[in-house]
Amino acid sequence: MNALTHMSDIMIPMIIFWIVGYGMVSGVKVYETFLRGAKEGLRIVVEILPTLVGLMMAVGILRTSGFFDLLGKMIGPATEAIGLPAQLIPLLIVKMFSSSAATGLVLDIFKTCGPDSYAGMLTSILMSCTETIFYTMSVYFLAAKVTKTRYTLPGALLATLAGTVASIFLAGKM
Amino acid sequence: MLNYIWAGMILLGVIYGVCTGQMSALTNGALDSAGEAVSLCITMAGVMALWMGLMEIAQESGMITKMTKGIRPFLRFMFPKLPEDHPAGEYIATNLIANVLGLGWACTPAGLKAMEQLAELERERNTCANFQKIEMQEKIRSDKSRQKWDEIGKDKRNLEIEKGKTYSEKTEEYSKNREKQNNDREDKQNLRNIHTASNEMCTFLILNISSLQLIPVNMIAYRSRYGSANPAVIIAPALLATLFSTVVAILYCKWKDR
Repeated sequence: MNALTHMSDIMIPMIIFWIVGYGMVSGVKVYETFLRGAKEGLRIVVEILPTLVGLMMAVGILRTSGFFDLLGKMIGPATEAIGLPAQLIPLLIVKMFSSSAATGLVLDIFKTCGPDSYAGMLTSILMSCTETIFYTMSVYFLAAKVTKTRYTLPGALLATLAGTVASIFLAGKM
Repeated sequence: MLNYIWAGMILLGVIYGVCTGQMSALTNGALDSAGEAVSLCITMAGVMALWMGLMEIAQESGMITKMTKGIRPFLRFMFPKLPEDHPAGEYIATNLIANVLGLGWACTPAGLKAMEQLAELERERNTCANFQKIEMQEKIRSDKSRQKWDEIGKDKRNLEIEKGKTYSEKTEEYSKNREKQNNDREDKQNLRNIHTASNEMCTFLILNISSLQLIPVNMIAYRSRYGSANPAVIIAPALLATLFSTVVAILYCKWKDR
């Protein structure tokens, strides 16, 4: 998949060039504005640090206890037949509820398998194309005071399934 | 929600660890992970600062506003029944663009506003539909009572003038009362409809959840932290996968909304 790799490589330089160039043309003080945004970015990272400590610790405990190995032995053979390594099953489930909890599991997969392994690649793609269905739905519908969500959940699950299938297909090509 | 997941993971891990006799490994696992979270944040800080800095420029230069306007035709296609220039449209556009650019902090407030506006729109629609129905019923009733009122009015007219109220004022008051009663009744009927998601809400949320994303910034940061040879290699496949899930979502919504 040389084309995909090539496209990935040029994306970030292109976007940086485009944004800075557009800013210059529009007469924005680009450097000062950049610094202001960067400061905000750092603040966000500091804010998520406690979350990460808490969640990575929980995943660390769960992994060293050998629970993931047990899970892998139990459902691994079935899911691996369709190209889904066993470590990704808890990830897929947790991701529907909480993005930060899923991050803990993602990092664990990167640490044990490596980000460039098949499982690592699949995880990276999968996490980029799925959302926290139940979290998003509960927060958004709460804002609209809606309790009957009609076809939202089936639609969201279908989209997630489509993303999962596409991820497995693409990770296999990498 | 997170309370249960977090507690569940820890309790399950400790219990299973005790069963398999992994207590010392468990201690190390917990301590190492906590330290690792800190070093991860240091790596992430660079990527996040870079990205947020660029986004600040994009916002300041009006690029994001321009993009929000640019997706209007798409919104018209996805939400054909949404009135033009309804405030919900702008919030939806902002939310979707923020989603595409990976601006988590900008997504949610705009998304919540969009949902509130859509709820408001739905209430207006229900009121309109019910109003026509009630108007028909009330017309017959009020015609009868107005005749009656006319008769009483003839008798009392002199008295009313003494009190400083003309007959026509009294009639106005009467119809205001009527209106209030109608509104109360409408509200009761609406309560049933208000808590049901409209087609626009379903479409908006499914689109949001299918999460079209241009650059998965966080994933790239995590990958680089764990020694990936090419952290950004996932951009194109991730974009393809997310495009596919979004197209499926659009087709599903269109089929449901037909």
